[in-house]
Amino acid sequence: MTPSDAASAEKWNLRLYTAGQSPKSLAALANLKRVCEEHLAGRYSIEVVDLLKNPRLAKDDQIVAIPTLVRKLPEPLRRLVGDLSNTERTLVGLQLRPRQ
Amino acid sequence: MKMEHPAHARALPKAPTGIEGLDEITGGGLPKGRPTLVCGGPGCGKTLLATEFLVRGATQFGEPGAFISFEETGEELAQNVRSLGFDLDALVAEKKLAIDHVRVERAEIEETGEYDLEGLFLRLGFAIDSVGAKRIVLDTIESLFGGFTNEGLLRSELRRLFRWLKDRGVTAVITGERGERSFTRQGLEEYVSDCVILLDHRVNEQVSTRRIRIVKYRGTTHGTNEYPFLIDEDGFSVLPLSGLQLDHAVSNERVSSGVPDLDEMLDGKGYFRGSSILVSGTAGTGKTSFAAHFAQETARRGERCLYLAFEESPQQLIRNMQSIGLNLEPFVKKGVVKIHSSRPTLHGLEMHLVQIHKMVAQLDPAAVVIDPVSNFIDTSTAIETQAMLLRLIDFLKGKRITALFTHLTSGGSATEATYVGVSSLIDTWLLLRDIETGHERIRGLYVLKSRGMPHSKEIREFLITPRGVQLKTMKDRKK
Repeated sequence: MTPSDAASAEKWNLRLYTAGQSPKSLAALANLKRVCEEHLAGRYSIEVVDLLKNPRLAKDDQIVAIPTLVRKLPEPLRRLVGDLSNTERTLVGLQLRPRQ
Repeated sequence: MKMEHPAHARALPKAPTGIEGLDEITGGGLPKGRPTLVCGGPGCGKTLLATEFLVRGATQFGEPGAFISFEETGEELAQNVRSLGFDLDALVAEKKLAIDHVRVERAEIEETGEYDLEGLFLRLGFAIDSVGAKRIVLDTIESLFGGFTNEGLLRSELRRLFRWLKDRGVTAVITGERGERSFTRQGLEEYVSDCVILLDHRVNEQVSTRRIRIVKYRGTTHGTNEYPFLIDEDGFSVLPLSGLQLDHAVSNERVSSGVPDLDEMLDGKGYFRGSSILVSGTAGTGKTSFAAHFAQETARRGERCLYLAFEESPQQLIRNMQSIGLNLEPFVKKGVVKIHSSRPTLHGLEMHLVQIHKMVAQLDPAAVVIDPVSNFIDTSTAIETQAMLLRLIDFLKGKRITALFTHLTSGGSATEATYVGVSSLIDTWLLLRDIETGHERIRGLYVLKSRGMPHSKEIREFLITPRGVQLKTMKDRKK
């Protein structure tokens, strides 16, 4: 049984922090959508927060690196930094796959 | 004790820190619009220095500030400095200060690909813009190295950050933990080339001393010495020690010693104003009595006197002196005489020096008594003591303050060998000693030296009576 099976009923609430339309931000969003479609189809929502438009949120949500992905639900809160190009680490970070 | 400002130093704009002494040794403050690195070991006062820089900037120089803390939360910061009378919450409420606590913890961060620190830049920008900050503190940015693994990226981002700070034109203080081989663990000095300040906290024979040194200050002549500094209820203060000057204004005015018989031995007029007087003798010879006479006499003339008592509490001193007919209490109540007691071992020598500086600045006395100065000597090495006394005497002379030191000698042949070699610094030296004459021991006083006046070479017997010290010539005795 994988962790994703155990959590199959849960709703996933993900928030991606970006700074404008930078290549890294765009790559992160594309990578995130791909991972979600593969593992969480039909039960995820992605909110993209552009910190250039709302810099206050960088402080409020403790963002340092860009892009940063925050898994708000299911709990506990998880943080991933980077453009999510390393799928293996992305899955581990989201706890969709156990750490090797 | 003002430092000379060379012409080219004026060309470089400075942001005054408002911290006592620091602006003097930096020739006016930190490089304006540029980053300064403040480094030192744990507990050396980096954060406090940085905080005071912002607080004084906001309150005294109309320059709002931003505090980016990587270690402590805003509440913790506010709490740390509340005892110094700095109210960070009020400054935040008045929009003179922005605080952002940047938390980075590796355990919470999974790195999944390429990233940069744009989020941090946005936060700095937001903090600066929210209050119109002219000053910023990053304390301590090295924490980033604990949160992220990609060191190459961190270094290039740091380089970008320092360039960004310069472009924004904010005067920045970056703190860094002292490394083993470099000024900071992560070599931040590589990025900050304008000004580097090193703080140090040493404990020597259980006495702690804090020191500050300007390691580097581009385009400015600065003091390269180590300067002692103090952290007390008023915050940070640095004691600027100028080179030794012998160009003090010299006074021909005379001040009474408070003992008429002694004045008579000193050319009938007493000490020179602004001179240094040493009263030395073995235990129980009456040194404090001479010191108290002088203090009372100073006060009676309506001049203020600072009396530093290192062996007795103020009450004890007042009571003991009452027994010989000296009443200091009314003068203490009026504030003309200030008696300050402390244990000499409580601080290092230089901390005492900083404190004396501060008290002199507050009271503006005409005379200072240090009773006894020998206790300082016990807390450190002879070289340090001599250097410190030199500085102290230099400082007091510069202010035309008459200084009287008592010194406890250990008796025997060492009596005259006031071992720290302070003799050359002293203008008038009184020696008190027990003299055995045939079948009794009497107290004798003589003037070992007194510069600039024909003084008595006689040995006088002195008596401590309920009406004060009285001197008798030996000839009187024989009659």
